[in-house]
Formats: sequence, structure tokens, C-alpha cells
Amino acid sequence: MAEKKSLRKEFSKGIILENPVLRLVLGTCPTLATTTSVSSAIGMGISASIVLICSNIVISALRKVIPQKVRIPAYIVIIASFVTIVQMLVKAFVPVLDEQLGVYLPLIVVNCIILGRAEAFASKNGVLASAVDGLGMGIGFTAALFLISSIREILGAGTFLSGIGGLIGNDFDGFSVPFLNDNPMLIFVLAPGGFFVFGIVMALANKIAESKGKPKAELKGCEACPMAASCSIRETQDSCDNKKEADK
Amino acid sequence: MEMTKGLISIFMTMILTQNFILSKFLGICPFLGVSKKVNTAVGMSLAVIFVMALSTAVTYPINKYLLAANGLEYLQTIVFILVIAALVQMVEIILKKYMPALYNSLGIYLPLITTNCAVLGVVTLNIDNGYNFAQSMVCSVGGGVGFLIAMVMFAGVRSRLESCDIPKFLKGLPITLVAASLVSLSFLGFAGVVENIFA
Repeated sequence: MAEKKSLRKEFSKGIILENPVLRLVLGTCPTLATTTSVSSAIGMGISASIVLICSNIVISALRKVIPQKVRIPAYIVIIASFVTIVQMLVKAFVPVLDEQLGVYLPLIVVNCIILGRAEAFASKNGVLASAVDGLGMGIGFTAALFLISSIREILGAGTFLSGIGGLIGNDFDGFSVPFLNDNPMLIFVLAPGGFFVFGIVMALANKIAESKGKPKAELKGCEACPMAASCSIRETQDSCDNKKEADK
Repeated sequence: MEMTKGLISIFMTMILTQNFILSKFLGICPFLGVSKKVNTAVGMSLAVIFVMALSTAVTYPINKYLLAANGLEYLQTIVFILVIAALVQMVEIILKKYMPALYNSLGIYLPLITTNCAVLGVVTLNIDNGYNFAQSMVCSVGGGVGFLIAMVMFAGVRSRLESCDIPKFLKGLPITLVAASLVSLSFLGFAGVVENIFA
């Protein structure tokens, strides 16, 4: 019974409390790049989730075999293999999505959510718990992408779910929003709109988290980065700060 | 002459209209994380330029003579990320041993760059665009210089932000993203400039 409860906790934390995009601030590049339309955001979310779940399972199963010192390269090889598999599947079955995501599909390899979960969770926990963690984080990632892309697509193009038919294999072509469809605010699908909507959504998430007594999202910069252990940039920044204090 | 024009236009495009950070969203993590101070921003960007140029120089022949020649293009992602990781590690060791001064100023940023999507991104982009070796190198260096410009500009904007009175719920990351949006907006103004340089 207790085990069931903790599994449910692992699952649900990724969706809201530790949402990888809005709370942990991981995977910002794909978040900004693929949210121009809801269909490409959903495609990105699902592809990354599949890679995340599979790599979490394999890394967790091999956690006692992989030597501590070479764990990061080992994780990268495992993740890159799954990304290649997903890439081939997408190219074969959903070529529309391959066109939409373009270079961002192979770039799932360097998505910090995946390496981050491998390092923070899968390398320390059992296979089942890691799979559930990957599923929760994947759904959280997809949900955040869905939210941001909905705002951008509705305001910026005046459509909703446009082109989704290409993903699921029929000709349904989404809805068009009255008024906005004739006068779209193009800036929202361009690059500045991406930064802007992401910032505002994160501010709202902070506001909600604050009212529930949770700390707000901070870019931990280096701590969140899986390479932190092997990297000394944080110390440099700290020493810069100290030097400034001393100068005063 | 025609070739030089082509190269210059790739270079300018990578800096102004196709800026890695501000319009392609590659390398957002260092953009948000390391842009608090101008000197760290410059150090990080110089290391990025160096690694991008080096990994393009190494992956181009690997792709052309090893992968594409044997029909193994589907291995690109795995091979490239491993080559980049190994390369970064090697550069770090060599710098540490033979050029400690350079290592102290740039070396600390190197491990961070392995998982920087701009590096894998530029390598993949070069292949997707079908660039030859010279074009690939110019594209990488241009992308790196664009990265440097965006980082340095944004470090300036951020230092001004710190002294502003910002609504509480926007403090920290949200206002940083909104500021990035404005910087990116200013780069939209360059649209069409590059096409008209030689017109």
C-alpha cells in the first residue's frame, strides 16, 4: 500500500509541483522553439517523453553496472540511441512532424530534462519508480508545452490545433478563432513572442506556487545542470561576487 | 568573388537574422544562466565559438567520408554527440597541461558546453543545409559570434534590470524572459538587411 502511494507521488510531482519547464526551468530551448503551433508542441512533448521514459528505464536497470566516473558519457550514449530510434520512427510514420521539428528532433539528446532526470532520479532509484518518474515528467513537459503553444497559436495565428490531422493521420485541421483569425498578432508566433509568453506563464506559475506556500521558480543555472559536478563555473561566479564585496 | 559574397552573407545571416539565441532558441541555458556579468558572458561565448568551430572542423570530414560514404547517416546523432563530448574533454586536458593561462580564462566553461544545444545544433544545421566545408566553418563561427553579441548585449540589459523596481511576481526569471523578448524584438528589425547587402 505504502509503495503504491509513493509511486503515485513520483508520478504526480512531475506534472505540477516539480513541472520540469515551469518549476525546474529545464529544457527551455525546445520549449521556446517548438511552441509556435500546438501540433508541433504536442509532437515534441510526446517524442521527448518516449525518450525520457525509455532512457530512465535502461539507466535505472544499469545503475549498478555503470561505473561512477564514466556515467555521464554512458547516459549520453543511451539517450542518443533512443533519440535515434524515435527519429527514425518519426521519419517513417509521421514525416509531417519531422518537417515541423527539424533540427530540434535530434537535439532531444541535449535536452537537459532527460539527462537531468537520469542523474537526479534514475541513477538512484528502481526501474518501476524511474519509469513512473519519467512518465510524470514527460506529461508535465507536454502539458507545459501545450499551455504555452495554445496561447501563442491562438493569439499569433488565430487557429487552434491547426495541422493536428497530419499527426494522427486524418484531415481534421483544427479550429479557427473568430476575429483573431482575420487579424492575427503575428508577433506571438515569432521569436520575441516565445520569450514573452514563456515569461508571463512562468510568472503566473510563480504566483500560484506562492499562494500555496511553495518557493518560486529560480534558474539554479548551474546546480540544475547535470554537468555541475564536473564544472567550476559556479565557483568563479561566487569568487567574482566575493571580490566585488571586498572592493566595497 | 561570388563565393566570398556567399560566405559573407552566411556569416551576416547567422549573426543578425538567424541569431542562435534570439531567433533559433539554441543555447538558452547559458543565455539565462551565465549572462549576469559581462566578463563571464564573454568568456562563455569565446569558449562556445572555439568549440563550435572545432567540432564543425572534426565532424564535417567524419560525416562526409565515414558516415555518408557508407550510408550510415542515421548514426549522425550518436556519433556527433560523442565526438563533441570527447573533443571538449580533450581540449580541456590539453589546455590545462600546456596553456594554463588560457585554461583559467576559458577552460572552466568547457564542460558546460558539451550539453549546449548550440554546438550539436550548428553541426546538424550545416548538414541539413548541405553546406560545403568552407560554408560550414563560416556558419559555425558566425553563429558563435552571434551568440557572443547576444550574450554581451543581454548582460548589459540585465545589469540595468537589477536596479529596477519590478512587480514581485515578475522578479527573477519571468522579467528576464520578458527582457529577452525585447532584445529579440530589436533583432527582428534586421530582417531583410542581409539579402540587400549586395543588391
